[in-house]
Amino acid sequence: MSAATTIAPALPASGNRRRRRGRWNAPLVAGLILFGLIVACALCAPLLTSQDPLKQDLANAFLAPGAKGHLLGTDELGRDVLARLLYGARVDLRVGVLAVISPLILGSLIGLIAGWFGGWIDAVIGRIVDIVIAFPFLVLVIALVFAMGPGTTSIYTAITLVGWVAYCRIVRGQVLVAKEQEYAMAARASGLPTWRILLRHLLPNVVLQAVVFSMSDIVLTLLAIVTLGFLGLGVPPPTPDWGTMIQEGQQFILDKWYMSTIPGLAIIITGLALALIADGIVEKANQ
Amino acid sequence: MRYLVYILKRVVSLIPVLIGISFIVFFLIRLIPGDPAATLLGVHATPQAVKELREQMGLEDSLPSQYLTFLGHLLQGNLGYSYVYSSSVVDLITVSLPVTIWLLISGTVFTLLIAVPLAVLAAARRNGVVDNIIRAVPVVGLGMPAFWLGIMLILVFGLKLGWFPVAGYGTGVVDHLRGIVLPGITIALTLSPILIRSLRASMVDVLGSDYIVTAHSKGISTARVVLGHALRNAAVSSVTVLGVNIAYLTGSTLVVERVFSLPGIGQQMINSILGRDFPTVQGITLVFAIMVVVVNLLTDVTHAALDPRVKLA
Amino acid sequence: MTPPLLEVRDLHVEIPMPHARLHAVRGVSFSVGTAESVGLVGESGSGKSLTLRALLGLLPRPAKVVSGTILIDGEDVTGLPAKSLKHRLTDTMSMIFQDSLTALNPVMRVGDQIAEAPLRKLGKSRGEARAIAVDLMREVGIADPERRYQLYPHQLSGGMRQRICIAIALSTKPRLILADEPTTALDVTIQAQVLGVLRRLKQEENVGLLLVSHDLAVVSQTCSRLYVMYAGKVVESGDLLDLVTGPRHPYTFSLLRSVPDPDRRVARLLTIDGRPPDLSEGVTGCSFAPRCPFAEDACREWEPEPVAAGPGRVSACRRIDTADRWTSMVSEEAVSQQ
Repeated sequence: MSAATTIAPALPASGNRRRRRGRWNAPLVAGLILFGLIVACALCAPLLTSQDPLKQDLANAFLAPGAKGHLLGTDELGRDVLARLLYGARVDLRVGVLAVISPLILGSLIGLIAGWFGGWIDAVIGRIVDIVIAFPFLVLVIALVFAMGPGTTSIYTAITLVGWVAYCRIVRGQVLVAKEQEYAMAARASGLPTWRILLRHLLPNVVLQAVVFSMSDIVLTLLAIVTLGFLGLGVPPPTPDWGTMIQEGQQFILDKWYMSTIPGLAIIITGLALALIADGIVEKANQ
Repeated sequence: MRYLVYILKRVVSLIPVLIGISFIVFFLIRLIPGDPAATLLGVHATPQAVKELREQMGLEDSLPSQYLTFLGHLLQGNLGYSYVYSSSVVDLITVSLPVTIWLLISGTVFTLLIAVPLAVLAAARRNGVVDNIIRAVPVVGLGMPAFWLGIMLILVFGLKLGWFPVAGYGTGVVDHLRGIVLPGITIALTLSPILIRSLRASMVDVLGSDYIVTAHSKGISTARVVLGHALRNAAVSSVTVLGVNIAYLTGSTLVVERVFSLPGIGQQMINSILGRDFPTVQGITLVFAIMVVVVNLLTDVTHAALDPRVKLA
Repeated sequence: MTPPLLEVRDLHVEIPMPHARLHAVRGVSFSVGTAESVGLVGESGSGKSLTLRALLGLLPRPAKVVSGTILIDGEDVTGLPAKSLKHRLTDTMSMIFQDSLTALNPVMRVGDQIAEAPLRKLGKSRGEARAIAVDLMREVGIADPERRYQLYPHQLSGGMRQRICIAIALSTKPRLILADEPTTALDVTIQAQVLGVLRRLKQEENVGLLLVSHDLAVVSQTCSRLYVMYAGKVVESGDLLDLVTGPRHPYTFSLLRSVPDPDRRVARLLTIDGRPPDLSEGVTGCSFAPRCPFAEDACREWEPEPVAAGPGRVSACRRIDTADRWTSMVSEEAVSQQ
């Protein structure tokens, strides 16, 4: 290794000189702009289209994209695809973002407790994490949604019950490091109540990693939600949802290929925006 | 011999997790609002049948003793009875499980076929064209739903080109093999970006290490150095990543089976959900979890076989 | 006169960096005769390890040779096609490294690592390769080689691993072994044993040694001739004894002064103040001048040419004429500082 170590000291020196000092990096900016546009489209859905996403018009079913009055065509019930796409974004994005926040909070708190108290509390929590992780994410979510009955509340709850483990692991690891740091020692020595030390001193220092992870987790959660929709277990119809749209389009895939393709592209673009944001945040956090 | 003892110890250490799994699966049924016996039997059940089942399930007993009964049945290989299919759940699973296992194997094989050469190429020609493309793909592909990808593959290779069947598992080995190619590729395409990323990173790491220089200094061929020394070492760390992700993506077999109408346990689970067939859903959830546990075990065992530094004690 | 086994002329190695190039080896020339032990000495960062690695085409990324000539038995091999060059170099030389733990493949049995070159390169059968490996293990002083053949690197001690590395180096039947700080990671007793193995190989097997080290003590135990490198250049060369008793370059002088000498009671260890120059920027004048106690203005302006400094000796110092008085000059300075 001696040759490599010989040249090593020279490298960071020159790297420092040219390190990017900006607060923003390209992936983050691109991701935020793209995601901003998608959210804006979802929020302004009534302004962007005058069509009702639920209104059926069997006389005008299966219109191809570009048809008069229906920019992206109509589906098998004659509903406007663009309107369903925009209103579907409202549903999927709302559920996706909300379904990340509660596991983030729950998992972080449990991880905080496990890491701080250690001992048998940590051992028990660790075992529970092991057990939850033994189930494939999607399978357990589906089984829970099934058991609790359809609806957005079930989806939130199911994803929270399964998704908290990842955050718990991340935060626990951070706490184990942080609690040996001087500020934690000082807080402990000052005789503050434990909950105050945990929430005011420790949490702000350990939560960053969890938040960074939550960005890429939104993508996976969004995927889980549209997958539920595709399987017929998601947001109950007739509420528009991208997954349901793809599933409905699959029956007509041979000559109406665009019916499944268009909502799929919407998911990919949203996923891309979120992935770029996540990458950008990771890059920023590493600086 | 020490290796066998190690495997045995790993298996024994799984018992608490398996008990925990059975616990979750047991409580799954209790989450259902209303009378479990009535729900199990479905809408057309007679009050008499419900009463009988309540007694049979021991619903009048305390929760702990109900759980013990459930566990006892499990240990005897009894997962309950599906009133929807008029068949024991174990029988339903025995029929469909091989399809899912074949799908997982096919997915893993295609993943390796895609990921290993690309990762080796990317690492060997760092910052080259292949490398940059490979590093961009996960960002774009992260948000690609597996079911949508499957539909697109069906559209192109099934319908337009006609190379593979559009759906189904067919009869006979040849049909089975043909039927499992596109689903396997679908799984591979969602799994390989993660594996490529990890394998590439370890290859880059390994290729920069001293023992690769030592190997080069022996004057043996570069191919031998890369494949014999570097890949083996990179595989040590990547096998764990692969294992974790196969476990994770075991869930996506469910979706892929749905898209391609493969009669595996995932398809069975969805049908049972839509048919409100609780015992089958419960049984399959359990089987999925056991599959993950087994995949993790295989991963550990493979890792120990590949890496002599793992303490077998 | 027979040409030397290995000769290097005007070797330049550069490390490209985002907006500059680090000129790490700046025109190094040296030679090693058959069965000769030669030392390459210098601080870390002097380019000695890069020089050694460049000889086998094993430079770490992204460093690369920009110019220079390598002659083996007087024949210029630099122009050979890549593949035959690699063969020619690895047939003649092999290498051992500082850290034997990282230099060995962690997931391969040590015996198989020794047997690999005979098997894959020399075309031996599996059984023959294995027998060769066991013999080599015995030769480098490993007891019970049949049993140890089966072990993995992490199961061996540091000294034992370095012996394995030497056996690997010998497995290609080289005429010259390049050793990059082979004993730095070992404790003193083991160091002596490993150096003993290298010395014996030279005597019994006629294998030459090119030893890179920052440690003059190690080099002086093993080598008969030295090249002293500083900031990517050879600043002084000559026979070990001459060089140690009468250095003709201030850098060698300072190096010698920084070696603790148990026989003499030295009040303080003379360390060399300052740091080597940043080679990503151009160096004007003598690269050692900023740290040199004897430097004068001219040293900082013009780059010194290597000049003969006695039989078989070369030094790149323009104040070579004052060399005899260096010792007294420094002690006066030390006194005046107190």
